[in-house]
Amino acid sequence: MSSKIYDFSSLTGSIDAALNSWMSPGLAVLTELVIIGLVFLIFYALLGLFLVYLERKVCAVIQNRVGPNRVGKWGLLQTIADLIKLLMKELIPIRKADHLLFVLAPFIVIIASFMAMGAVPFAKGLHVLDFNIGVFYVMAVSSLGVVGILIAGWSSNSKYPLIGAMRSGAQIVSYELSVGLSLMAIVVFSGTMSLSGIIESQADGWWIFKGHIPAFIAFIVFLIASTAEINRGPFDLAEAESELTAGFHTEYSGIKFAFFFLAEYINMFIVAALGATVFLGGWMPFHIGNWEGFNQVMDYIPSIVWFFTKTFFIIYVIMWFKWTFPRLRIDQLLTLEWKFLLPISMFNILLIAFLVLMHWHF
Amino acid sequence: MLNKQELSEIILKMVPEATFPEGTQLTEVIVPAENILALAEGLKNNKETAFDYLISLTAVDFTTNMTVVYHLDSTQFRHLIVLKVVLNDRENPLVDSVSSVWATAEFHEREVFDLFGIRFNNHPNLKRLFLEDDYGFPLRKDFRDEINIIER
Amino acid sequence: MSEEIIKDVIVRENEDYIINMGPQHPSTHGVLRFEVCLKGETVKYLIPHIGYIHRGIEKMCEADTYQQIIHLTDRMDYLSAHINNEAVCMVVEEAMQVEVPERVKYIRTILDELNRLASHQLWWCAFGMDLGALTAFFYGLRDREHILDIFEESFGSRLLHSFNTPGGLMHDVHPNFQKRTKEFITYFRKKLPEYDQLLTGNIIFQERVKGVGYMSREKAIAYGVTGPSARGSNLACDIRKIAPYGAYDKVQFNEILMTEGDTFARYQVRMGEMWESMKIIEQLIDNIPEGDFTAKMKPIIKLPAGEYFKRVETARGELAVYVVSDGNKTPYRMKFRSPNFSNLFVMNELAAGGKIADLVAISGSLDLVIPDIDR
Repeated sequence: MSSKIYDFSSLTGSIDAALNSWMSPGLAVLTELVIIGLVFLIFYALLGLFLVYLERKVCAVIQNRVGPNRVGKWGLLQTIADLIKLLMKELIPIRKADHLLFVLAPFIVIIASFMAMGAVPFAKGLHVLDFNIGVFYVMAVSSLGVVGILIAGWSSNSKYPLIGAMRSGAQIVSYELSVGLSLMAIVVFSGTMSLSGIIESQADGWWIFKGHIPAFIAFIVFLIASTAEINRGPFDLAEAESELTAGFHTEYSGIKFAFFFLAEYINMFIVAALGATVFLGGWMPFHIGNWEGFNQVMDYIPSIVWFFTKTFFIIYVIMWFKWTFPRLRIDQLLTLEWKFLLPISMFNILLIAFLVLMHWHF
Repeated sequence: MLNKQELSEIILKMVPEATFPEGTQLTEVIVPAENILALAEGLKNNKETAFDYLISLTAVDFTTNMTVVYHLDSTQFRHLIVLKVVLNDRENPLVDSVSSVWATAEFHEREVFDLFGIRFNNHPNLKRLFLEDDYGFPLRKDFRDEINIIER
Repeated sequence: MSEEIIKDVIVRENEDYIINMGPQHPSTHGVLRFEVCLKGETVKYLIPHIGYIHRGIEKMCEADTYQQIIHLTDRMDYLSAHINNEAVCMVVEEAMQVEVPERVKYIRTILDELNRLASHQLWWCAFGMDLGALTAFFYGLRDREHILDIFEESFGSRLLHSFNTPGGLMHDVHPNFQKRTKEFITYFRKKLPEYDQLLTGNIIFQERVKGVGYMSREKAIAYGVTGPSARGSNLACDIRKIAPYGAYDKVQFNEILMTEGDTFARYQVRMGEMWESMKIIEQLIDNIPEGDFTAKMKPIIKLPAGEYFKRVETARGELAVYVVSDGNKTPYRMKFRSPNFSNLFVMNELAAGGKIADLVAISGSLDLVIPDIDR
């Protein structure tokens, strides 16, 4: 059925074969690693720039504005201009700060998001790390970022960043549970933790449609909890600018600040990609059960387009949240998690286990 | 709403030394400095006057004396009265604080202390509000700013 | 002064976590500094420190003529500049026993209300932003721009328009004034419900403001809180009702009162006042009488020796002007009782015991304008 979808593994396989014919297998693996690293670095930077541009345009539309429109066509080069500005800015050293940790923190944050990016399946066969515990891996490395935030707040030797970092710690520890449980819901449905396995299991319909109401509840919980996990509005308490000036990155300047900024946007991409993969079928086209004709028409759209459409849809929803809602207070934030989301997702996962046990799902 | 006649009768019962200047826009009372706290409490707690709202507390430097001016209002009856305390000692003016009667007086008194150098007895936190500790008292008529002199 | 009175009365403990909010902080809307003592996220107490923008307006007034003083009052509460001007004009007119033409009274009242609308719109923007709703800012500014355009057309300036002068107005309003104001009212009647849709009904917003920063009526009176902040605590303190000036005695409007006394009540009072302001303007705009735009005044105004006192209702509360004149062309002493000065110091009472985020919400709901505090 999926024969129409272009498989990127034929392309990557031919590159692999070509490299192996030129050099020894060890060197070939090394070269491949370098190529993948370079491709990812470039993709990471471009994606970050594009997401910043997108956010500005989306918030401009929501706020009755035009948004950036001066640098380049439709302001497309605006974020590049900003990047150059940030690169050229002075890195202000903070007196009595813990310098090693102060410099280390932005790297931890950005490395965590970089590692999570490796497990994202972009298209059929375009998948760097296809673990059998892919979901588990993404969750584990993406929550490493909070260590960087905590270190940033602690090492700045400043009071606002410390409050911001502590808030961030409390927030991520709490919301990690709901994110995990809502992803577990689909793991229970599909019976695998491998991201490619989850996608394959959606060949006859995405889990959000196949999984009845529990899957939909899990999707809503995932959206709320992952928005909180990436410190975005209305849960941006760690950098609540009207309360804590800029939260954990108050003391950072220049490119070190840009690292935090970039990591925030890439994290948004990662949770959106994860949500799209797990709930909306990832690169899997829109299929309905046994409608062969309809499914084949859908297959003509390349899988990479499906993936990015779904991901950017979720990114748009997350941005929409941020620009319409006021910010929560810290106690309300924790109440929402521990008193509402966590019980709901726990009950939800029981319900799903029961459904799967009775074979009531499609 | 009490008129000037009725107000003066009530005030004279509380402070017999009070005087009432004629030809003023609002009802004015001049009381000796030692009676101001008693009068303030009396005016606030008296059921007929109920001056519970201190609009403003300020001072005027008349070069011969310092006058502390209290503008009072009643949220119940909406009648106004002006209390005045004349302090003849310009070098070390001292008057009782009324911050125990109206909470807002604490900050108005700090402002007056800051700008005129009038000290208030029993004030909970009498320190300067706007200016630095070693600055003069700018609203006094004999104040000269040696650095930014603007003479007109 | 001796040392012992300058020292601080609050003894700080070692484990207190003290942060300085301001003088450069996004939520203090100016150069105000709160010294906030925290226990975790909870505020133990806060001490306001002011004086960062103290320009000595009262001292400057002693060297200026009354026409010049008008321009200084703009710079106090710059968001109700017109109402501040009117306070000084009225105290001079009352002292000189000048009867201003009816036309002037009508125009002044309309401008007062337009100014109040513009001020409340900006408050709404900033309040939304304090709570993290950034889109609110642009909705409010979009509509405020229309009012500022009306001001610009008539007075040539948008914010600090010293349009009042003792005796009347600087010049007559622009011929388009009535038409554009009516257009604005029709426009804003449609747009104001958007504010409610965006912010008021939002569940997060309501959670953030309901029951936060409770101020009892007694506390409001004791601290001399006035304006919408006090009316949220059921304290009827509208000078437009108590002692009508301008054309306020000729119009029908309600004084919005709320009994809850929390941040949401203060929010609702201001939202209600926007509707009332539009009602007042609608009643007056078609009935502006013909006539002179100013009464006949001497070029040099000398107030008769004596003391004069006048109160007006600005967008933030009661502004009282107290003038002592010795018969010269400059006042002997000029005191401005500014609403924000009194409103500020109730902050500690409201915010202590709440969270940092509540502190931001409360200071937003009091709608402080810092230059008005420092003067």
